Amino acid sequence: MTVPTTHFVIFAALLFAIGAAGVLVRRSGISILLGIELMLNAANLALVAFGRQHGQLDAQVFVFFVMAVAAAEVAVGLALLVAIFRKQRSIDVDRLNVMRW
Amino acid sequence: MMGTAVFYLVAVVGVVSALVAVSHKNPVVNVLSLVVTLFCIAVSYALLGAEFLAAAQILVYAGAILVLFLFVVMLLGAPEEPPVGERRPFQRVAGLALAGIAAAGSIAVLAGIRVAAPAGAAQGTAEALGRLLVGPYLFAFEFISVLLLAAMVGALMLVKRKH
Repeated sequence: MTVPTTHFVIFAALLFAIGAAGVLVRRSGISILLGIELMLNAANLALVAFGRQHGQLDAQVFVFFVMAVAAAEVAVGLALLVAIFRKQRSIDVDRLNVMRW
Repeated sequence: MMGTAVFYLVAVVGVVSALVAVSHKNPVVNVLSLVVTLFCIAVSYALLGAEFLAAAQILVYAGAILVLFLFVVMLLGAPEEPPVGERRPFQRVAGLALAGIAAAGSIAVLAGIRVAAPAGAAQGTAEALGRLLVGPYLFAFEFISVLLLAAMVGALMLVKRKH
């Protein structure tokens, strides 16, 4: 008796929605990056669940690549945050309006 | 039976700690509860037969990415957010509504997908995944190293102090 794929997918959908809420509601740059990480992981979980349903391993290879891209993304994103903090003394994204005009 | 109980426990803990991760005011608490969520996802991978990914998830996320997050939080002095609601009263309502729509829509669509193929016994061991990585996916696997090098150089350039 194994857990049905649907339940894994619903778990993933809930995590994705929570991550999206974090990205949309929070204003600190670090919290927004955390929300993006959560959304990427939710997508990974859905990929692995559907991959098991198909009985193939290709989905797990994709998840491996998504992990590597997420690592690259978070390194560049955090470097951007540090650079912004040095310039503005704040990581509140509402204050980042230097490119507005 | 055992696996079923473990999954539902892990799902509840994962969702609750994800809620804490996006709603708590203190950035350190946010990062640490995200570690709990990612560990729950790693347990789900193990239950799905993806053993290598479960190990990689813990190594890469708990071991590297979230330590990087914590490092930056400490470096920036754990900045607290200003009290919400003084400048963007509309933002919270709209954001939560959009996230609710995303949850309802993705559950409705994803739970409706029926896969016709019978569930095979593909085990995600390191050997099986490694044969795929250096076989059909060799180009992507090699290109990932170029991407990581580019990200590393880019991050260094961004934080380098001007002389």
